[in-house]
Amino acid sequence: MSTGSNLERVLKSGVFAVTSECGPPRGADPEAVKKKGAFLKGYVDAVNVTDNQTSVVRMSSLSASLILKEMGFDPVMQMVCRDRNRIAIQSDILGAAALGISNLLCLSGDHQSFGDHPSAKNVFDIDSIQLIRTVKRMRDEGKFISGEEVKGRPDIFIGCAENPFADPFEIRAMRLAKKAAAGAQFVQTQCVFNVEKFGKWMEMVRDLGVHEKMYILAGITPLKSIGMARYMKTSVPGMDVPEEMIDRLKSASEGKAADEGIRICVELIEKVRAIKGVAGIHIMAIEWEQKVRDIVEAAGLYPRPAINRL
Amino acid sequence: MIVANRKPFEEIMDMLKPYAKILLLGCNECVTVCSAGGAKEVSVLASEIRLSRAKDGIPVEVKEHTLERQCDPEYATEAKPLVDECDAVLSMACGCGVQSVAEAYRSKYVIPAVNTTFMGSSEEQGVWKERCQGCGNCILDRTLGICPVSRCAKSIFNGPCGGSQGGMCEIDKELPCAWQLIVDRLKEMDMMEKYLEIQPVKDWSTSRDGGPRKRIREDLRI
Repeated sequence: MSTGSNLERVLKSGVFAVTSECGPPRGADPEAVKKKGAFLKGYVDAVNVTDNQTSVVRMSSLSASLILKEMGFDPVMQMVCRDRNRIAIQSDILGAAALGISNLLCLSGDHQSFGDHPSAKNVFDIDSIQLIRTVKRMRDEGKFISGEEVKGRPDIFIGCAENPFADPFEIRAMRLAKKAAAGAQFVQTQCVFNVEKFGKWMEMVRDLGVHEKMYILAGITPLKSIGMARYMKTSVPGMDVPEEMIDRLKSASEGKAADEGIRICVELIEKVRAIKGVAGIHIMAIEWEQKVRDIVEAAGLYPRPAINRL
Repeated sequence: MIVANRKPFEEIMDMLKPYAKILLLGCNECVTVCSAGGAKEVSVLASEIRLSRAKDGIPVEVKEHTLERQCDPEYATEAKPLVDECDAVLSMACGCGVQSVAEAYRSKYVIPAVNTTFMGSSEEQGVWKERCQGCGNCILDRTLGICPVSRCAKSIFNGPCGGSQGGMCEIDKELPCAWQLIVDRLKEMDMMEKYLEIQPVKDWSTSRDGGPRKRIREDLRI
């Protein structure tokens, strides 16, 4: 069975997939979403819409997903368990499906202590794996968590995230296997900088046969500056930026660190692409969406297959 | 046990402002064990209040008393002669004790002197950590004695999340990741296959979410 997802269609066709990300604005202006979207147009198979990422209040992922859908994108609506209980979660799944949003990325969500409302009460009624299972059950069995019947099943391609660089390392592939067993059909990983470690994780993933149960998209983030690289290395939990990468940025000539960052990024794409079981990349160009097209072109991933409009 | 923490002195003094005759009421149970509101802490706080008022030239009379168990109406009512004489009761018990006293003396203003923080245990001398959230449906057998509800910042049942680094939680570098502890224990006990079991959605109706809870033992009622 297939959904209306363009991403699903591309992955099933065996084409190396490219997705990227659009973080909604901290305001009600739809133009801000359209502006970011315009940078990505034609260069991605689907675009993730983050859900109040890092626990900072932003336009809802559902609304921004719809704006992007109307622009001709295939949105991947992100949904975190931090802010909604099972009633709101299932309601938003139905709402998204009703608006023709075909991809859902199921996440636990960053803890609210990182964001702009650290005194908020969190929800975490269910976790990301239980969310995956919930979507699958609603779609395939037509059942809510309560067991009640869903009248009009949501047609959703189910995604998840996993961080190969978090600890304990030895269970990271097993955890992905749990997500696959729960019903996840694709995964977008945390940003890969340490290819060697990612390769080891992929080996464990293959040993468990998970790459045959779901599509694996490696997370890719271009490093904009030495400062950003350092920040990612030291201040972002679960991020593994090798020192030699920072050295490369440092050795770039005056004002050329950003270009070097793009070069590193393209090399990373080539390296992860060569790893067996990697079905695509997910480019997270944080506040640097305008560079996505350069990266996609330089990596030889342009043009993209035409988007299937349903 | 219930662990509490004394409120900042300024906050206590601010709440006490309108009152001259204060009964400072401690409790011999949990707050004594966690050194927040037992006889010793009652004595220290009473002295601090007297000193502070003396410094500001505002008269105060502080009576000190510690009940066996403030959350028990039988003991709470025992303090009647002292309560009758005071303008306000400053309770150093947990929230349960404060409420029992307020209920026993309906015309008396009752002020909490501590913040009730969690149900926990003592890890070492002077250190208490949260261990239970009273969710009403214990699963500690499945997580090998480590509670994800109270010890994981996100209370997740299928952890660890992507923020577990070097055994610690992303929200606090000194807070052990509950799921790292669970995985370590699973390995120690050679039960890693249990990790692959997907824990189902939890029924929170037995927790606070189902409304305030009560327990009745009919055989013990009089």
